[in-house]
Amino acid sequence: MSENRNSATLHDARHTKRHRPGYWPGCTSGLEEYAGTWGTTQVVHLLKRTLFGASIADVNYFAGMSMSQAVDAILTPTAAPTTQPLNNYGSDITGVGAYQTWIGVGELYQDSRLNADRVASMQCWWTGQLLSSGRSIHEKMTLFWHNHFAMDATQHFGDTPAQLWYNQYLTLRANALGNFQALVKAITLDPAMLIFLNGNTNVQLAPNENYGRELQELYTQGKGVNSLYTQNDVHNAAKVLTGHTVDANYNYVFLPGNHDDSDKQFSSYYSNHVVTGYSGTAGAGELDDLLNMLLSTQESAKFICRKLYNFFIYYVDDDTVETNIIVPLADIFRSSGYNITTVLATLFKSQHFYDMTYAGACLIKSPLDFLIGLCREFNLTVPDASNPTGQYNVWSMLLNQATILQQEILAIPVVAGWYPYYESPSYHELWINSVTYPQRNYYTDLLMTNGDMMGGTPLIIDPMAFTKTLPNPSDPTQLVADACNILLSVPLDSSTQQLIMRTILMSNQMNNAYWTQAWQAYISNPSDMNAYSTVFNRLQAFYKYLMDLPEYQLS
Amino acid sequence: MQRRSFIKSVAPLATVFPALLSGFHVKAYQALPFLGGWNGAGAEDNDHVLVLIQLFGGNDGLNTVIPIDEYSTYVNLRSNIAIPEGSILKLGPKDKSGLHPAMTGMQSLYNNEQLAIIQAVCYPNPDESHFRATDIWLTGSDSDQYLNTGWVGRFLGQTYTNYPSGYPNASMPDPLAIQIGSVLSPTFMATSGMTAMAVPEDGDFYGLINGVTSAEPNTPMGTEVTYLRTIARQTNKYAAGITAAYNKVTSQYSGYPADNDLAAQLKTVARLVAGGLKTKVYMVNMGGFDTHGGQVVSGATTTGVQAQLLGQVSDAISAFMKDLKYLGVDDRVLGMTFSEFGRRIVSNGSLGTDHGAGQPVFVFGNEANTGILGNSPTLPATQDVEAVVPMQYDFRSVYSSILRDWFCVPAADVSTMLLNNYQYLPIVKSTACNNTIQDLTNIGTNLILNYPNPFTDSTNITYTTTGGHTLVQVFDVGGHLLNVLVDAVFAGPGTYTVTFNTGNLASGIYYARLQNGSAQQVKTMLKVTQ
Repeated sequence: MSENRNSATLHDARHTKRHRPGYWPGCTSGLEEYAGTWGTTQVVHLLKRTLFGASIADVNYFAGMSMSQAVDAILTPTAAPTTQPLNNYGSDITGVGAYQTWIGVGELYQDSRLNADRVASMQCWWTGQLLSSGRSIHEKMTLFWHNHFAMDATQHFGDTPAQLWYNQYLTLRANALGNFQALVKAITLDPAMLIFLNGNTNVQLAPNENYGRELQELYTQGKGVNSLYTQNDVHNAAKVLTGHTVDANYNYVFLPGNHDDSDKQFSSYYSNHVVTGYSGTAGAGELDDLLNMLLSTQESAKFICRKLYNFFIYYVDDDTVETNIIVPLADIFRSSGYNITTVLATLFKSQHFYDMTYAGACLIKSPLDFLIGLCREFNLTVPDASNPTGQYNVWSMLLNQATILQQEILAIPVVAGWYPYYESPSYHELWINSVTYPQRNYYTDLLMTNGDMMGGTPLIIDPMAFTKTLPNPSDPTQLVADACNILLSVPLDSSTQQLIMRTILMSNQMNNAYWTQAWQAYISNPSDMNAYSTVFNRLQAFYKYLMDLPEYQLS
Repeated sequence: MQRRSFIKSVAPLATVFPALLSGFHVKAYQALPFLGGWNGAGAEDNDHVLVLIQLFGGNDGLNTVIPIDEYSTYVNLRSNIAIPEGSILKLGPKDKSGLHPAMTGMQSLYNNEQLAIIQAVCYPNPDESHFRATDIWLTGSDSDQYLNTGWVGRFLGQTYTNYPSGYPNASMPDPLAIQIGSVLSPTFMATSGMTAMAVPEDGDFYGLINGVTSAEPNTPMGTEVTYLRTIARQTNKYAAGITAAYNKVTSQYSGYPADNDLAAQLKTVARLVAGGLKTKVYMVNMGGFDTHGGQVVSGATTTGVQAQLLGQVSDAISAFMKDLKYLGVDDRVLGMTFSEFGRRIVSNGSLGTDHGAGQPVFVFGNEANTGILGNSPTLPATQDVEAVVPMQYDFRSVYSSILRDWFCVPAADVSTMLLNNYQYLPIVKSTACNNTIQDLTNIGTNLILNYPNPFTDSTNITYTTTGGHTLVQVFDVGGHLLNVLVDAVFAGPGTYTVTFNTGNLASGIYYARLQNGSAQQVKTMLKVTQ
């Protein structure tokens, strides 16, 4: 079984305050509840940050609520998926038929090729869950925790049955909006994690510190300047964790004989806490003591709050943000008993979240935000479960693009997570470079023109359908404004909007009535090719243009 | 371990991206660095450049190229906007039409043998929608055909195979086409992607190529927008070459008119051509030609909106040609103006004209085959408000002839690019590509006649062919193609007669059009009730 010392190659991810040459004016707002305007701008902002994209139907839906109601609705957990990943890979030596589930079937069979196929199936299926995440933050938070407890299933075809990754997804999902301590405990005892970070071979006589280290460095304390745990703390955490492993059937099991039942003395950073050692099955209970100790530090709450802030708001947390947001939010997190939903509700209802300094389109979309968001905003046709071939084809296309764009789900290259979520000082800017930026434009161009295609299943944007959902598409000025409001978080000034309207929608004609006539001619006779193509050509060029704007990459 | 084996090969062929720089948008291409094909024939073997000037709105051609030989009919049909006969700018002594008085620059080009005028350019069944007609002109489609590639895109895409994959390269280091402006025209769309890059004109272009971007607010959003724009600019593989070409030219002709947007665009084109870009096609444009009202000033018809617009067009082109000569590249450039349609023959009550069909096209340059191709537009004898200028030449015949005689593309390839075999017209001097071009100076004036005329039910159409492909079409007053009476190849010259049975067609004006080789003539026929 391979060592997973990925963290040894990490750059120093120590939390560093990032100082820009300038200082953002007007960003002193804090966690006090936002009481300002609740209009399209604010709704779109909330949705783009907490869901995947802001579809017109969703914007209308949440605009009918108060801000507080909308946040509460988004934070409401959704039921776990009723489907399971299927055999989309063909030949299965355990006998799973085409588009039958492989969950619970032949999971003990350690065949790298089969596991590779099934992991790919799992990656597709997970991508599909993002697509059907609806009006809840649940899948986005599951993805957040996937990045937090970063895994690369593609490096473990030989030692980890694919089903364990499915189980881990369910574990992350079940705890995504619940209690953070419960989540950490669940993931600590998760079989895939036990194998991934060598917990399964961490025994009394030969402790393996891998998980004990990451539990503190990456999962609970971070590497902030005040995160002062010691190497001895790493060593002792590993001792607490001895004996927790997987059995021959890859089920979690505690083996008292492998557990170090000595008392574990931690450093002053943990208030010199001693985790009392127990022999026998009682040794398993030391984990709760350890987690209570870990989460008793203010640093742990601040660490998670900073990561949430980085993920949902912006990557620069300077002294002002630290004072006004992170510290009080961490207090709320701890006093709530580490309730994740409480922290998110406070953040998304805060004045700071809607303060235009930060609400204004400063988050570079992650590849999945970009891809899943555009599918949802343009309401792309995805086959349903009655056509699993088509469904998996679409999920594969999106997974492939996300991979090209450097965000392959279940294949996070290092244990610290995807680089843009931790690599100082560029953070999210790392999503964009001279390869990925043109590739993003290439893909939106493709979806807007010929469409992507796999196995005979198309993935293509219908600009007409989208336009019909706008409030008043027969008025070209309003059409452009409404489309920009939905598709772009950066407000385009009116002269730029006019330029786009005039040169693209109007083919440089000066009389707006020509567009109105063309649109109405299409609406009154949609099957007329002349009327259709006149409107279609211009709308296609218009949306293509909007999505090619650098501003489109921002949320 | 074969990880990611499920990922299908996805090769980005082309990416078009705009960047908002200095308030303008820029487009260019990103391609994988492998070499594309190169078919070695035609346009890439010469240094010829085509400049397309698009006039948005539908220019009134009858007040642009004015029929002196039918002047009284012309005045009767549009008395409130007619240009006084004495003000018309005369061309050659034998020419039957003259130019709008604002177009002195174009008159000079004509006198210098740098201007070809093609009369009544259109297509069967013309569309009077700005949008649809624009799409037809830019794509080169039939009236009922819907293409997702442009005619220039097909020309460039088939000449530079697989573009933009494998480009830029040593043979073609520059964009195949450049659009001055902010948004690329559909005319540049090839099967493999856009063949053009859009650059803003003049000073703003200068700002762009110096890497200056507009200041963004000192906020997180401003920071990230600036970052994205920087990356966008870095991925523009053509920026450096364009910058070099632009900076290479340090002095230009000083007589460009001020406050003339078209002139500013053309000045940039001249600079890029002279600076050494190998770009084949440029497109510039100006708008405002949709003159439903106020086309002229009442009682002073040589002034008004169209006079200003035509003056700007003429002044801009004139200065452009002088600049090209000053820069020593005048032999390399051919230009062409077009609009989406001409306007109605009969004027309306608002001192303007409504949407029509046929229009005159100007082709200018040292290699333009000077003269007026075609007759003065056939005008109806009555105030038929629906009447449009009937087609004499298909617009794709103009494109086709330019590709053959300016870019030296073999005829068979031209047919592929334009999706059909179009009439070969003497627009470009034979010296440009050493092609043989038919002399149309003494072909006679009555190649197509009909008798009786007026008629009630049927009429006999007599036509004279020199042999070869011969076409006889019948159009109604709106330009709709009703009948193709003859579409055949004749072994030798002869005169033949065919009967046109009108059946239950309404009484009114019909046109019989003969096309034979490069020649064409239109005959007006009048159906009356008994």
